[in-house]
Amino acid sequence: MSDAQRTIELEIDGRKTQVPEGATLLQACQALSIDVPTFCWAANLTPVNVCRICVVELEGARTLVPACSRKAEAGMVVKTESERVKLSRKLVLELLGSSVDMSLAPEFRSLATKYDAHPERFGPRAPRAPSGERESAHAGHHHVDDGAHAANVAQPMKVDNDLFVRDYEKCMLCYKCVEACGTDAQNTFAIAIAGRGFDARIATELETPLPDSACVFCGNCVGVCPTGALMFKAESDLRDTGAWDESKQKVTDTICPYCGVGCQLSMRVQDNKIVRVTSPADHSVTAGHLCIKGRFGWSFVEGGKPK
Amino acid sequence: MLWGSNARETHPIFFHHVLKAVRKGARLYVVDPRRTPSAEWAEGWLQVEVGADVALANGIAHVILAEGLEHREFIDHATENFAAYRELVQRYDLARTSRLTCIAQEMIQRVARDFAKAERAMICWTLGITEHHNAVDNVLSLINLGLLTGHVGRWGSGLNPLRGQNNVQGGGDSGALPHKLPGFQDVEDDAIRARYDALWGRKVPPKKGWHLTEMFEAMEHGQLTALLVLGENPAQSEADATRCRRLLEGLEFLLVQDIFRTRTAEMADVVLPGSASFCEAEGTVTNSERRVQRVRRSIEPPGNAKDDIEILRALSKRLGYDLGLPNAEAAWDELRLLSPMHHGMSYARIEALGGIQWPCPDEAHPGSPFLHGRLWERPVRGARAGFHPAEDVPPVEQLDDEFPLRLTTGRRLDSYNTGVQSGGYASPRRAKETIDLSPADMRALGLADGERVRVVSRRGAVEAPARADRGLKQGLVFMTLHFPEQVDVNLLTIDATDPRSGTAEFKAAAVRVEKL
Repeated sequence: MSDAQRTIELEIDGRKTQVPEGATLLQACQALSIDVPTFCWAANLTPVNVCRICVVELEGARTLVPACSRKAEAGMVVKTESERVKLSRKLVLELLGSSVDMSLAPEFRSLATKYDAHPERFGPRAPRAPSGERESAHAGHHHVDDGAHAANVAQPMKVDNDLFVRDYEKCMLCYKCVEACGTDAQNTFAIAIAGRGFDARIATELETPLPDSACVFCGNCVGVCPTGALMFKAESDLRDTGAWDESKQKVTDTICPYCGVGCQLSMRVQDNKIVRVTSPADHSVTAGHLCIKGRFGWSFVEGGKPK
Repeated sequence: MLWGSNARETHPIFFHHVLKAVRKGARLYVVDPRRTPSAEWAEGWLQVEVGADVALANGIAHVILAEGLEHREFIDHATENFAAYRELVQRYDLARTSRLTCIAQEMIQRVARDFAKAERAMICWTLGITEHHNAVDNVLSLINLGLLTGHVGRWGSGLNPLRGQNNVQGGGDSGALPHKLPGFQDVEDDAIRARYDALWGRKVPPKKGWHLTEMFEAMEHGQLTALLVLGENPAQSEADATRCRRLLEGLEFLLVQDIFRTRTAEMADVVLPGSASFCEAEGTVTNSERRVQRVRRSIEPPGNAKDDIEILRALSKRLGYDLGLPNAEAAWDELRLLSPMHHGMSYARIEALGGIQWPCPDEAHPGSPFLHGRLWERPVRGARAGFHPAEDVPPVEQLDDEFPLRLTTGRRLDSYNTGVQSGGYASPRRAKETIDLSPADMRALGLADGERVRVVSRRGAVEAPARADRGLKQGLVFMTLHFPEQVDVNLLTIDATDPRSGTAEFKAAAVRVEKL
């Protein structure tokens, strides 16, 4: 039998609270229903604390600390909405919003309003890079920009298979896909961050198309992507034609029709067509992750013919 | 230990849990004749000779006993027939076991020691154990290892057959077995049957029925002349497909209820279009950990397709018994009434708890994460667990000069069984069917990668492209059953079956490969 878990007392926004030893500041805030924004954090992934939107002010610390990964300690005094925190979040939102298409990140717009962020003040967007240019960029080999445009990561969408697309102008480099493909879930390691600085990007080995890479098409990267950069082909096609309509969609939970593991599927359906399949991050079997059959292998109910 | 399981490809999300454990320091051993993607994650891969699993289990037990690593207290307390088992495994010394299994003596010792000494250890298996003519002996040999070391009936220790289909567990649980009523209650027990008779107002037949293999034998002898096939494609999934199709064709009446126009449906007199149970119907399925979970209708079935319960109700009515108008929940509640192990699992509780593991005898019971804990109670509650000594018996079909290669079959990651479900989606990884050979056999036969060859067994022949797989040793070849329209692999497989389970020996046929 394990010892009773020890608790730690700390103060957040003037409120005393107790959390189990090992809890993060984010968990402590959640327990108090204090809203801390996150992009790169997910309940089913190890925090990598790269996006910095969750920073909070910790009394006595020189820098702001990421709530998602900083463990609570006894006696901490934390402020989640201090002027310093607000300014930092505004900066993060402006840098992200000017360089990345955040239009499908669900909370981005409301956060930008809340923190008075104006990404457009960096100027109009620079034109989209031609296909392949960002992949061939080298650190230190850039010409100085004219300063009239906001530098950004825009490039054409990568469509190299029929299951999901990669639209990296929406990629904020949150690492979630890399973590889900790696040690946090799938352990396939088909993708990683390549390049340095502003050239950093998610890449397959030697930039090969996904079907030639190590990818096993579990779609767990799609499942955790917070910005819509990775998207089901079915959803992408509907959005392209303007037919994507969330008001006509319903999500129903059921169990995968394949092996005996019993993965829960959340089936998003529009007009009696399945448009997206995910799994709840808190399901004890899946922790939110699926395999290629569960996530994509359902077209047989829509008359998909064996090839 | 994963024994005869390639979970990395066949149970990928279960394997996520395995990988989490491996990353925390758990030791993984994989027993498989092929170097599978699962074996690549193991600290020890035991490249067992096809069909030598009993020998390996007995050999591991020999080491455990020779080194005094058995759980003496558990054996004395909770088991019986140990003396006979000890006597049997004495004959499986390291040299003999190594010879029978083609596994190095040091590896057998390592596995034996690690398994016996582990605080918690588990053996998980799949069809590599059960698709053999001595399937039941294979399973009993693994159970013997669990009893020998006390790795049963405790949290984190145990024996776990990984179920291959989303409700194969639930099917058996709810009485889709020829000798059982719902909840594994014996159909030949008068007192149990009386409860069903009373509720249904009809007599349940007092004798057990036939399992699938016996049904085909009965067709052979003209004792079975009409068949209802519900969501199964035996014309392609059965071993020795030629015989199977001949017997189906010989039926007086074949009724198929399915969502696909399968090869079997094409042979039918009448086809009733059913619904996809996971997304066009309401109900429950039971997974490998005995967790009953809800399936829910998320799309409407196409055209005239009907809910399976509705079809069965209409059929029953024509046969003279009115089931009323049951929906899925009402049918489930009737099962709960008759099956004590399901009694506490109302739909409301299943929803609230996100699934419940049986046995769950009443509505206050939280469900059972593991079984057989009774063996650790003092005194043991119920019967002691028996050792079942089993001897090594090689596959029915021996290799000879005419058929010198061992064909074994299995699944690949993105496909499933005969492909009726998995064949339609646009998997970028789907490869055409191949016959995989060791590089040495490719050279010996003078084959280039992708070259079409003829594969011949005593029962039939198919053509397929050859592919080199370094995960195979010389003499072993591999095919899947996923693409019967391209390559009808079950023309080759042998329907030698285990007399007790009725499972065919899909894992071991003898073939030769001919250059075209």
